[in-house]
Amino acid sequence: MKRNTLLVAGFILMMAALYLIFLYAPIEKDMKLVQKIFYLMVPMGWLAMLAFIVTAVGGILFLVKKSDKWDILAYSSGEVGIVFTTLALATGSIWAKPVWGVWWDWGTPRLTSTLILWFIYMAYFLVRNLSAEEHRGATFAAVVSIVGLADIPVIVLATSLWQGLHPPPLIFQSGGLDPKMRVALMTSVIAFTVFYVVLLMFRTSLRHDEAELKRLKEQSQ
Amino acid sequence: MEDEVMKNAGYMLAAFAVAWAGVFAYVLFLSVRQARLRQEIDALKSDLKEKGAR
Repeated sequence: MKRNTLLVAGFILMMAALYLIFLYAPIEKDMKLVQKIFYLMVPMGWLAMLAFIVTAVGGILFLVKKSDKWDILAYSSGEVGIVFTTLALATGSIWAKPVWGVWWDWGTPRLTSTLILWFIYMAYFLVRNLSAEEHRGATFAAVVSIVGLADIPVIVLATSLWQGLHPPPLIFQSGGLDPKMRVALMTSVIAFTVFYVVLLMFRTSLRHDEAELKRLKEQSQ
Repeated sequence: MEDEVMKNAGYMLAAFAVAWAGVFAYVLFLSVRQARLRQEIDALKSDLKEKGAR
Protein backbone atom coordinates (compact mmCIF):
# COMPACT_ATOMS: atom_id res chain seq x y z
CA MET A 1 0.00 0.00 0.00
CA LYS A 2 1.30 3.45 -0.87
CA ARG A 3 2.44 5.80 1.89
CA ASN A 4 -0.06 8.52 0.96
CA THR A 5 -2.98 6.08 1.06
CA LEU A 6 -1.90 4.96 4.51
CA LEU A 7 -1.50 8.59 5.59
CA VAL A 8 -5.08 9.39 4.53
CA ALA A 9 -6.32 6.23 6.31
CA GLY A 10 -4.36 7.24 9.42
CA PHE A 11 -5.80 10.75 9.33
CA ILE A 12 -9.40 9.48 9.02
CA LEU A 13 -8.79 6.98 11.84
CA MET A 14 -7.27 9.70 14.02
CA MET A 15 -10.28 11.97 13.47
CA ALA A 16 -12.55 9.04 14.39
CA ALA A 17 -10.41 8.36 17.48
CA LEU A 18 -10.65 12.00 18.60
CA TYR A 19 -14.43 11.92 18.14
CA LEU A 20 -14.67 8.71 20.17
CA ILE A 21 -12.32 9.99 22.89
CA PHE A 22 -14.06 13.32 23.47
CA LEU A 23 -17.67 12.76 22.41
CA TYR A 24 -18.40 9.02 22.67
CA ALA A 25 -16.41 7.63 25.60
CA PRO A 26 -17.84 8.62 28.99
CA ILE A 27 -15.96 10.82 31.44
CA GLU A 28 -14.38 8.65 34.12
CA LYS A 29 -16.00 9.30 37.50
CA ASP A 30 -12.86 9.74 39.63
CA MET A 31 -10.22 11.14 37.30
CA LYS A 32 -12.62 13.20 35.15
CA LEU A 33 -11.03 14.74 32.03
CA VAL A 34 -7.47 13.75 32.99
CA GLN A 35 -8.40 10.13 32.20
CA LYS A 36 -8.54 11.14 28.48
CA ILE A 37 -4.71 11.16 28.53
CA PHE A 38 -4.99 7.38 28.81
CA TYR A 39 -6.10 7.27 25.11
CA LEU A 40 -2.75 8.85 24.19
CA MET A 41 -0.28 7.25 26.57
CA VAL A 42 -1.43 3.66 25.95
CA PRO A 43 -0.93 3.87 22.14
CA MET A 44 2.41 5.68 22.68
CA GLY A 45 3.54 2.97 25.10
CA TRP A 46 2.42 0.24 22.69
CA LEU A 47 4.35 1.87 19.83
CA ALA A 48 7.45 2.27 22.01
CA MET A 49 7.46 -1.53 22.37
CA LEU A 50 6.36 -2.39 18.82
CA ALA A 51 9.05 -0.14 17.31
CA PHE A 52 11.69 -1.73 19.50
CA ILE A 53 10.57 -5.25 18.52
CA VAL A 54 10.83 -4.23 14.83
CA THR A 55 14.30 -2.77 15.56
CA ALA A 56 15.44 -6.02 17.18
CA VAL A 57 13.94 -8.22 14.42
CA GLY A 58 15.67 -5.99 11.84
CA GLY A 59 18.89 -6.35 13.83
CA ILE A 60 18.60 -10.15 13.94
CA LEU A 61 17.93 -10.34 10.19
CA PHE A 62 20.84 -7.97 9.53
CA LEU A 63 23.20 -10.23 11.51
CA VAL A 64 21.90 -13.39 9.83
CA LYS A 65 21.46 -12.20 6.23
CA LYS A 66 24.14 -9.46 6.19
CA SER A 67 21.85 -7.27 4.10
CA ASP A 68 21.81 -3.49 4.64
CA LYS A 69 18.07 -3.33 4.01
CA TRP A 70 17.44 -4.94 7.41
CA ASP A 71 19.75 -2.48 9.12
CA ILE A 72 17.90 0.38 7.43
CA LEU A 73 14.60 -1.02 8.76
CA ALA A 74 16.07 -1.46 12.27
CA TYR A 75 17.59 2.04 12.32
CA SER A 76 14.41 3.70 11.03
CA SER A 77 12.16 1.88 13.48
CA GLY A 78 14.57 2.75 16.29
CA GLU A 79 14.40 6.45 15.50
CA VAL A 80 10.59 6.47 15.25
CA GLY A 81 10.49 4.35 18.42
CA ILE A 82 12.54 6.77 20.48
CA VAL A 83 10.10 9.56 19.56
CA PHE A 84 7.12 7.49 20.76
CA THR A 85 8.95 6.33 23.90
CA THR A 86 9.76 9.94 24.81
CA LEU A 87 6.12 10.93 24.23
CA ALA A 88 4.86 7.94 26.25
CA LEU A 89 7.05 8.99 29.18
CA ALA A 90 6.03 12.65 28.86
CA THR A 91 2.26 12.02 28.60
CA GLY A 92 2.46 9.38 31.34
CA SER A 93 4.17 11.85 33.62
CA ILE A 94 1.56 14.55 32.89
CA TRP A 95 -1.15 11.99 33.74
CA ALA A 96 0.61 10.91 36.95
CA LYS A 97 0.81 14.37 38.52
CA PRO A 98 -2.94 15.02 39.06
CA VAL A 99 -3.77 11.31 39.60
CA TRP A 100 -0.92 10.19 41.87
CA GLY A 101 0.24 13.60 43.07
CA VAL A 102 3.76 13.08 41.69
CA TRP A 103 5.31 13.49 38.24
CA TRP A 104 7.25 10.26 38.59
CA ASP A 105 7.37 7.25 40.91
CA TRP A 106 10.48 5.07 40.92
CA GLY A 107 8.58 2.35 42.79
CA THR A 108 6.29 1.71 39.81
CA PRO A 109 8.01 -0.87 37.57
CA ARG A 110 5.95 0.01 34.44
CA LEU A 111 7.45 3.51 34.49
CA THR A 112 10.97 2.44 35.36
CA SER A 113 11.07 -0.34 32.75
CA THR A 114 9.79 2.09 30.08
CA LEU A 115 12.52 4.55 31.06
CA ILE A 116 15.04 1.69 30.76
CA LEU A 117 13.69 1.07 27.24
CA TRP A 118 14.38 4.74 26.44
CA PHE A 119 17.98 4.31 27.65
CA ILE A 120 18.33 1.13 25.54
CA TYR A 121 17.18 3.12 22.48
CA MET A 122 19.80 5.76 23.35
CA ALA A 123 22.47 3.06 23.71
CA TYR A 124 21.44 1.68 20.31
CA PHE A 125 22.18 5.01 18.62
CA LEU A 126 25.21 5.76 20.79
CA VAL A 127 27.07 2.57 19.79
CA ARG A 128 26.29 3.29 16.15
CA ASN A 129 27.56 6.85 16.30
CA LEU A 130 30.65 6.04 18.37
CA SER A 131 31.81 3.33 15.98
CA ALA A 132 34.30 4.55 13.39
CA GLU A 133 33.19 2.00 10.82
CA GLU A 134 29.51 2.03 9.83
CA HIS A 135 29.06 -1.71 9.35
CA ARG A 136 30.65 -2.47 12.70
CA GLY A 137 28.43 0.15 14.37
CA ALA A 138 25.36 -1.49 12.82
CA THR A 139 26.50 -4.89 14.12
CA PHE A 140 27.04 -3.59 17.68
CA ALA A 141 23.69 -1.79 17.56
CA ALA A 142 21.96 -5.01 16.43
CA VAL A 143 23.43 -6.80 19.45
CA VAL A 144 22.21 -3.99 21.77
CA SER A 145 18.70 -4.29 20.29
CA ILE A 146 18.64 -8.08 20.81
CA VAL A 147 19.83 -7.79 24.41
CA GLY A 148 17.40 -4.89 24.98
CA LEU A 149 14.51 -7.07 23.84
CA ALA A 150 14.57 -8.60 27.35
CA ASP A 151 13.02 -5.34 28.65
CA ILE A 152 9.81 -5.80 26.60
CA PRO A 153 8.30 -8.68 28.66
CA VAL A 154 9.27 -6.77 31.81
CA ILE A 155 7.23 -3.75 30.62
CA VAL A 156 4.29 -5.95 29.60
CA LEU A 157 4.21 -7.94 32.85
CA ALA A 158 5.13 -5.06 35.16
CA THR A 159 1.55 -4.13 36.05
CA SER A 160 0.54 -7.75 36.78
CA LEU A 161 3.62 -8.70 38.79
CA TRP A 162 4.72 -5.59 40.65
CA GLN A 163 1.97 -2.99 40.01
CA GLY A 164 3.23 -0.12 42.25
CA LEU A 165 1.08 3.01 41.79
CA HIS A 166 0.15 1.96 38.23
CA PRO A 167 -3.39 0.56 37.78
CA PRO A 168 -3.65 -3.21 37.12
CA PRO A 169 -4.21 -4.39 33.51
CA LEU A 170 -7.96 -3.80 33.07
CA ILE A 171 -8.27 -3.15 29.35
CA PHE A 172 -9.34 -6.63 28.26
CA GLN A 173 -10.83 -7.85 31.53
CA SER A 174 -14.60 -8.20 31.70
CA GLY A 175 -15.98 -5.46 33.91
CA GLY A 176 -12.60 -3.68 33.75
CA LEU A 177 -12.94 -0.93 31.19
CA ASP A 178 -16.21 0.60 30.01
CA PRO A 179 -17.00 -0.85 26.53
CA LYS A 180 -17.24 2.66 25.05
CA MET A 181 -13.83 3.53 26.50
CA ARG A 182 -12.43 0.30 25.03
CA VAL A 183 -13.73 1.21 21.54
CA ALA A 184 -12.13 4.66 21.81
CA LEU A 185 -8.87 3.18 23.05
CA MET A 186 -8.64 0.51 20.35
CA THR A 187 -9.42 3.08 17.61
CA SER A 188 -6.68 5.32 18.99
CA VAL A 189 -4.22 2.40 19.12
CA ILE A 190 -4.99 1.46 15.49
CA ALA A 191 -4.75 5.11 14.31
CA PHE A 192 -1.36 5.61 16.00
CA THR A 193 -0.13 2.26 14.67
CA VAL A 194 -0.99 3.37 11.12
CA PHE A 195 0.94 6.61 11.80
CA TYR A 196 3.90 4.55 13.01
CA VAL A 197 3.88 2.55 9.74
CA VAL A 198 3.72 5.79 7.70
CA LEU A 199 6.58 7.33 9.70
CA LEU A 200 8.59 4.12 9.35
CA MET A 201 8.13 4.18 5.55
CA PHE A 202 9.09 7.87 5.47
CA ARG A 203 12.21 7.32 7.61
CA THR A 204 13.21 4.24 5.62
CA SER A 205 13.07 6.14 2.33
CA LEU A 206 15.10 8.94 3.94
CA ARG A 207 17.71 6.42 5.06
CA HIS A 208 17.93 5.16 1.46
CA ASP A 209 18.48 8.77 0.32
CA GLU A 210 21.24 9.18 2.95
CA ALA A 211 22.93 6.03 1.59
CA GLU A 212 22.63 7.30 -1.99
CA LEU A 213 24.11 10.67 -1.03
CA LYS A 214 27.05 8.94 0.65
CA ARG A 215 27.62 6.80 -2.45
CA LEU A 216 27.50 9.83 -4.75
CA LYS A 217 29.94 11.74 -2.53
CA GLU A 218 32.40 8.85 -2.68
CA GLN A 219 31.95 8.70 -6.45
CA SER A 220 32.58 12.43 -6.88
CA GLN A 221 35.85 12.38 -4.90
CA MET B 1 -20.73 20.21 38.65
CA GLU B 2 -19.05 21.69 35.58
CA ASP B 3 -16.11 22.82 37.72
CA GLU B 4 -15.75 19.26 38.98
CA VAL B 5 -15.61 17.87 35.41
CA MET B 6 -13.17 20.55 34.27
CA LYS B 7 -10.89 19.88 37.24
CA ASN B 8 -7.35 19.23 36.00
CA ALA B 9 -8.40 19.82 32.36
CA GLY B 10 -5.13 21.75 31.96
CA TYR B 11 -3.18 18.51 32.38
CA MET B 12 -5.24 16.86 29.64
CA LEU B 13 -4.66 19.80 27.29
CA ALA B 14 -0.94 19.75 28.11
CA ALA B 15 -0.67 16.01 27.37
CA PHE B 16 -2.46 16.32 24.01
CA ALA B 17 -0.40 19.39 23.10
CA VAL B 18 2.90 17.68 24.00
CA ALA B 19 1.99 14.49 22.08
CA TRP B 20 0.86 16.27 18.93
CA ALA B 21 3.67 18.84 19.02
CA GLY B 22 6.16 15.96 19.33
CA VAL B 23 4.71 14.07 16.37
CA PHE B 24 4.49 17.22 14.21
CA ALA B 25 8.04 18.29 15.12
CA TYR B 26 9.35 14.88 14.07
CA VAL B 27 7.42 14.95 10.77
CA LEU B 28 8.74 18.47 10.11
CA PHE B 29 12.30 17.33 10.89
CA LEU B 30 11.93 14.42 8.42
CA SER B 31 10.43 16.66 5.71
CA VAL B 32 13.16 19.31 5.99
CA ARG B 33 15.87 16.64 6.01
CA GLN B 34 14.39 14.92 2.97
CA ALA B 35 14.19 18.20 1.02
CA ARG B 36 17.85 18.98 1.84
CA LEU B 37 18.99 15.48 0.92
CA ARG B 38 17.15 15.58 -2.41
CA GLN B 39 18.78 18.94 -3.19
CA GLU B 40 22.24 17.59 -2.39
CA ILE B 41 21.63 14.41 -4.40
CA ASP B 42 20.43 16.39 -7.43
CA ALA B 43 23.41 18.76 -7.21
CA LEU B 44 25.89 15.89 -6.95
CA LYS B 45 24.24 14.02 -9.81
CA SER B 46 24.48 17.03 -12.10
CA ASP B 47 28.13 17.56 -11.04
CA LEU B 48 28.93 13.96 -11.87
CA LYS B 49 27.11 14.29 -15.21
CA GLU B 50 29.19 17.38 -16.07
CA LYS B 51 32.40 15.60 -15.11
CA GLY B 52 31.41 12.64 -17.29
CA ALA B 53 30.66 14.93 -20.26
CA ARG B 54 34.11 16.54 -20.12
